Amino acid sequence: MYQNQILLAIDWILFTEKLVLIIVVVMVSLFVAMYSTYAERKVAAFMQDRIGPNRAGPFGILQPMADGLKLFFKEEIVPNFSSKFLFILGPILAMLTAIMVSAVIPWGDKLFIFGREVTLQIADINIGILYIFGVVSLGVYGIMIGGWASNNKFSLLGAMRAASQIISYELALGITLIALLMITGTLSLNEMVAQQKDNLWNIFLQPLGFLIFLICAFAETNRTPFDLPEAENELMGGYHAEYSSMKLGFYLFAEYVNMFLSGAVMTTLYFGGYDIPFVNDANLVHIIGQNWVTIIEGGVFFIKICLFIFFFMWVRWTVPRFRYDQLMNLGWKILLPLALFNMLVTGALILLRQNHWHF
Amino acid sequence: MEALTNRLKPVDRRKMNFWERIYLPAVVKGLSITLKHFFKKKVTINYPEEVRPFSPVFRGLQILNRDEEGRENCTACGLCALACPAEAITMECAERKPGEEHLYREEKYAAKYEINMLRCIFCGLCEEACPKDAVYLSETFAPANYQRKGFIYGKKDLLIPDPKTDPEGFAKAKGSRIKHPQGHGNEH
Amino acid sequence: MEITQILFWFLSALALFGAIGVVASKNPIYSVLCLIIVFFAISGHYVLMNAQFLAIVNIIVYAGAIMVLFLFVIMLMNLNAETEPMKNVYMKLAGVISGLTLMIVLVAALSHSDSANTLMRPGTSVGLTENLGKALFNQYVVPFEISSVLFLSAMVGAILIGKKDVVKNRI
Repeated sequence: MYQNQILLAIDWILFTEKLVLIIVVVMVSLFVAMYSTYAERKVAAFMQDRIGPNRAGPFGILQPMADGLKLFFKEEIVPNFSSKFLFILGPILAMLTAIMVSAVIPWGDKLFIFGREVTLQIADINIGILYIFGVVSLGVYGIMIGGWASNNKFSLLGAMRAASQIISYELALGITLIALLMITGTLSLNEMVAQQKDNLWNIFLQPLGFLIFLICAFAETNRTPFDLPEAENELMGGYHAEYSSMKLGFYLFAEYVNMFLSGAVMTTLYFGGYDIPFVNDANLVHIIGQNWVTIIEGGVFFIKICLFIFFFMWVRWTVPRFRYDQLMNLGWKILLPLALFNMLVTGALILLRQNHWHF
Repeated sequence: MEALTNRLKPVDRRKMNFWERIYLPAVVKGLSITLKHFFKKKVTINYPEEVRPFSPVFRGLQILNRDEEGRENCTACGLCALACPAEAITMECAERKPGEEHLYREEKYAAKYEINMLRCIFCGLCEEACPKDAVYLSETFAPANYQRKGFIYGKKDLLIPDPKTDPEGFAKAKGSRIKHPQGHGNEH
Repeated sequence: MEITQILFWFLSALALFGAIGVVASKNPIYSVLCLIIVFFAISGHYVLMNAQFLAIVNIIVYAGAIMVLFLFVIMLMNLNAETEPMKNVYMKLAGVISGLTLMIVLVAALSHSDSANTLMRPGTSVGLTENLGKALFNQYVVPFEISSVLFLSAMVGAILIGKKDVVKNRI
């Protein structure tokens, strides 16, 4: 049967379904990223007893459009002695790797449209979380290539900082994930959410793991206090110092997309994904039907992500930037041993539980 | 050295204990402080719509005054220019011709009166020096300009609107504050 | 042609072009980037063989970590086409000969292998995470642990080399 499959024997309905889903997810990611810039400015202003942007439209809600328009109309500048191809490749890679994470995140349960069961997840691959890990580890290329191709010492320094920072914190991140995977026993994000729907959220099983994961997420998304690659006051923007126009916009945007999606990943892993808290979803399905429950779940998921985004901003306007040696100390001497400890404790507890709490 | 205030606090160089070393309580404390500010009343004044109230002693842009009939007070005596420490004021005088009595209050008037707003330090000495209540400092300040020459204010920039033709503009330019409660110059 | 076959040929061509690019490009940065392309093509092959775990680990470890460090070092050393020393003709000849020898060995080894039986059929589940883990921790647990000790010793050695001066100063 497999051998006789002809070229382009694709399930066209599935194809369109996924295509629509991809477009919707990418659009939503970009939209959220766009309004994250607005939210960032508003949150910053409010925390500093100011009002923030309020001129473009009511409460300034058109501000992101104005910013985007401004970036589009700026002059494109490519440094003379840089590699033009790599210079353009940098922001493309940054954006691509940022958006690619969204492919495996379950945005909600299934919908029934025209009698078809549509899962609100682009790809339920059984290595879901590893895929995210892989894509995140590639995210540094956009920064490195862009920083190097700028042919500028400050950009290069920013790129170097980004590379060493992301590699350092990826280790702790990976080991925390191992502890989480011991509990869930699956790599599929969809199954993780299904488990958390019926049982406790993983945050209650892995509080230390979540803390480490959160800190590493800050480091991986280059957010303050870990924004050394783009430190304005030391590196004048770091890796994107030479960028202008929408190429710069892509870098800035990629950061916000990263923030949105890392919020989504943390919600999925530790906060029950699209699970509605305090409500038994299965019972609700019987009352108002699957489609409505799915829509509510999507909304709840979105709210959880927004809370994470707010937290990211909240921390940004509270905690000052690390010095570089502090960053490395934290990553290698504190978080990594802590993550290992967390993994050992988790493993020991799981073993004990399997032995019915006998040594 | 004796402390001038009681706010002096010696630097604490003790070794940090465990809770201080893990920093998280400090971070949480910081977060709570910023969150408190999040809900605080905002201090922003939306400038073009709202204007911060000026202090009663505010000294702003000079204006050349007119009397109730719309005649210019200035007699080009030059006392303001003499008093000006920044030497920002220049003027040329002219004699009033017959038939110009409705324009100038006295026989002599300023044909040209210029204040260089880049030099002016808004000290208010011109206002103090003026015997005719002709120049005084208002409640506005000099707006931005693209060129230096735009800051040399001539008579048409400085003259207060005519109280007969534009009483509202006159009142606005004159301001709400009483400038000289004791009164000096040629007041009725 | 099936779609998997098209993908296979595409990925093979990509891998080969990438590999040639690694050797041929003058700028070391481009070499590293070409090598990353090769790793991606190989990961694609793993996916075609339904070995998803290997594919993603290949990307995480090689493309995501090791190549970043390569790039890091090359960028910091500021190597480029101008600073590359000219190698003499004999060195080039030696390189060609050794490369050809390796190729002959590989071709000989592959031509005698029973490729029809050893090649992974698409659709098998040997490469999935669970099966791979079971195989590693039951059947191959001793080599697995020994290799991890090997890595540990390499790591200790690296740290020792990095700290050489400090140790000397203390003594």
